[in-house]
Amino acid sequence: METDLGYWIIPLAIIGGAIRVSTPFLFVSLGEALTERSGRINLGLEGTLVFGAMSGYALAHLTGSPWLGVLAAALSGTLFGLVHGVICSLPKVNDIAVGIAMMILGMGLAFYFGKPFVQPVAPDLPAISFGWWSEIPQVRAALEVNVLFLIGAALAVLLWWMLRATRVGLTLRVVGDSTDAARAMGLQPAVIRTCATAVGGAFAGVGGAYLSLYYPGSWNEGISSGQGLMAVALVIFARWNPLACLGAALLFGGAGALGPVLQSVGVSEGYYLFFAAPYVLTLGVLIATSSPTQAMTGAPGELSITK
Amino acid sequence: MSTVATKRGAIGVETLHMTMRFGGFTALDDCSIKITPGSFHALLGENGAGKSTLVKCMMGFYHATSGEILVDRREARITDPRAAHALGLGMVYQHFTLVPSLTVAENLVISREDAPRIIDWRAERADLQAFMDRMPFQVPLDQSVRALAAGEKQKLEILKQLYLGRRFLILDEPTSVLTPDEADEVLSHVRGLCQDGVISVLMITHKFREVTAYADQVSVLRRGKLVGGGRVAELDHTDMAALMMSDATLARPAPRSGMRGAPVLELDGITARDRTGLKDIRIDRLCVHAGEIVGVAGISGNGQMELMEILTGQRPYRSGEIRVKGAPYTARRDDAQRHNIRFLPEEPLHNACAPRMSVSDNIAFRSFDRHGGFWLSSRDMRARASDLVQQFKVKTTSIDVPISALSGGNVQRTVLARELSGEVDLLIISNPCFGLDFSAVSEIRSRIMQARNAGAAVLILSEDLDEIMELTDRVLVMSGGALTYNAATAEADIATIGYHMGGHA
Repeated sequence: METDLGYWIIPLAIIGGAIRVSTPFLFVSLGEALTERSGRINLGLEGTLVFGAMSGYALAHLTGSPWLGVLAAALSGTLFGLVHGVICSLPKVNDIAVGIAMMILGMGLAFYFGKPFVQPVAPDLPAISFGWWSEIPQVRAALEVNVLFLIGAALAVLLWWMLRATRVGLTLRVVGDSTDAARAMGLQPAVIRTCATAVGGAFAGVGGAYLSLYYPGSWNEGISSGQGLMAVALVIFARWNPLACLGAALLFGGAGALGPVLQSVGVSEGYYLFFAAPYVLTLGVLIATSSPTQAMTGAPGELSITK
Repeated sequence: MSTVATKRGAIGVETLHMTMRFGGFTALDDCSIKITPGSFHALLGENGAGKSTLVKCMMGFYHATSGEILVDRREARITDPRAAHALGLGMVYQHFTLVPSLTVAENLVISREDAPRIIDWRAERADLQAFMDRMPFQVPLDQSVRALAAGEKQKLEILKQLYLGRRFLILDEPTSVLTPDEADEVLSHVRGLCQDGVISVLMITHKFREVTAYADQVSVLRRGKLVGGGRVAELDHTDMAALMMSDATLARPAPRSGMRGAPVLELDGITARDRTGLKDIRIDRLCVHAGEIVGVAGISGNGQMELMEILTGQRPYRSGEIRVKGAPYTARRDDAQRHNIRFLPEEPLHNACAPRMSVSDNIAFRSFDRHGGFWLSSRDMRARASDLVQQFKVKTTSIDVPISALSGGNVQRTVLARELSGEVDLLIISNPCFGLDFSAVSEIRSRIMQARNAGAAVLILSEDLDEIMELTDRVLVMSGGALTYNAATAEADIATIGYHMGGHA
């Protein structure tokens, strides 16, 4: 059945796009939020994301199970996070410099090991159709929600709760806000930060698996368009709050869908400008919410970029 | 509640012949001090007298070279702070160890060693409320620590120790960041807790007034040795000062001389955002004349830092006008040079120095670009630096070491040397003596007085009321971002100033 939705297709496609595109942003920004809440910044998540995409795709192809692929991506992400965390625990090491090195290392390793997997096909991750009630194919397509997105959304809520009402969460905030206070409490900031970075890496790895196993759903060297780096900005945008990370990722995904949608409804002039919409949006929001005279609220006190 | 130790009540602590050596340097020399259960014991001494070393040995941060410690009349082996905590010993540090972004309740719960894995906030809150209700003073549980006033933070630090079941408390200069009113309130609560037999307290301080008003025992350290002490009732301020200082002579502040001249610095209707961005700084009128020292008293966090930043050009202001000698002032470098304006900000290492550059480079900051052309003359810079280092008695191994290697007092002297050399028409100072010892303090104060007598207009922002009363000709009080009080220092009385500092006016 053919229905002409007219311009209604725009919001619909934006919602669909938001959900589809946002998942890697969501995972990476949750991981980064966790890491940064512990007082460390990991810029290497872009590399972790790409390596996760590769290892996830490779394992899913070899075993036939996309979920084993996700697990492999998470494990490799943990490993990258651990390396970053341990190196940064050494004295006089700058976490930003290490992060950039890890980013390039991750991408390089992924391209090296990923060469044999560019051609083969791996199984996709399952999606749940929330559009069964509708006859309209576009609605159905938009409401086709991948399981990983749902897991990510649940994780956002879980992390938010964890930071508020668990010992682990409070400890993490103490370490991130004041090394002195943490030491006075007998905590070991370096160990806690390393653990947080490792878990953050696992999140980023899973974000990568989503890229190669669902959308766009194949492994190649251009699989990431900087999602890992943008997610770092999203964390600042979300003020280090996991729930806000979910919102920011959706907003960013929605803005990212704007270009393709306009193209599909026949706007032929300048639609490609809208491909830049998410970046312009992020810049705009960051400028609007920043202030030269006032300290950033919510920023962990020990973070090297806010100190 | 599981956190409160099974045993309660004050315990005594005693050190026997405690000695601590760092290499060839003896920081603590055969020191025996007894703090009886339920007493409020003051520990007096200059900076470097060994007070911190002594309490760090008690808390297990240091391991004494020789000597013993008795806790509750039993010999104790305190290997680390955790062991000290287990014995019921606790310490409130000079800098706060609270986590700013957490709420009061979160800070208390997470400080417990047995903090639950999953925190049932409803139950914890009920427990905490019950605990607060038992205490003689309270702090709002849901407030985030960042938003608490200094006095409240200090109360919370003490409450935290009680919440953790500590029975012997070491307070390290607990009132250094409080108003006189707040200090009185906190200390009288502490004394009350001692009298009720809840805790014994050892308080490090160098304020005689607090010793006489609140402590019942005092011990005085000098160069690592216990040089005296006893019941506070039997000693007066002169005795204590004599014990602390021995025969060292202090530079007395130069006597005041000269006449008040024309207005030099004028601020009119200045408004700006404060550091948090939530409140406003509002200076309706502030005027400093040549040949006078104007002091701005106030508790930290009431806008003094922002006022200083406005004057140094570090913070933009929304409206109003700043004039120097009648001309508009923009806080540019050439402005400051033309009008001979000099600054001594607080924490000079961070606000007035490049920490990793050498002492001589730092001294050259005001003058390196005033003479000559493109090239710097490192010979002139070095000659000038060694001259000033000598004049201002800066203790440094060489003028080529990074300035961050110097002690706080010597950094302060270096910056003062730079700022006070040459013509000075306007001197703007913030907390010049924070954390310095007696001899450095009197030296710096007499330099400031000399500058005034030479005809400079001086504006001092200080949290130390004694300093303001000693140095200034006119005193203002800053509270809630505005100047709320203005009087000639000779006619002002401490009680009224304290009242305004507390924001009650």
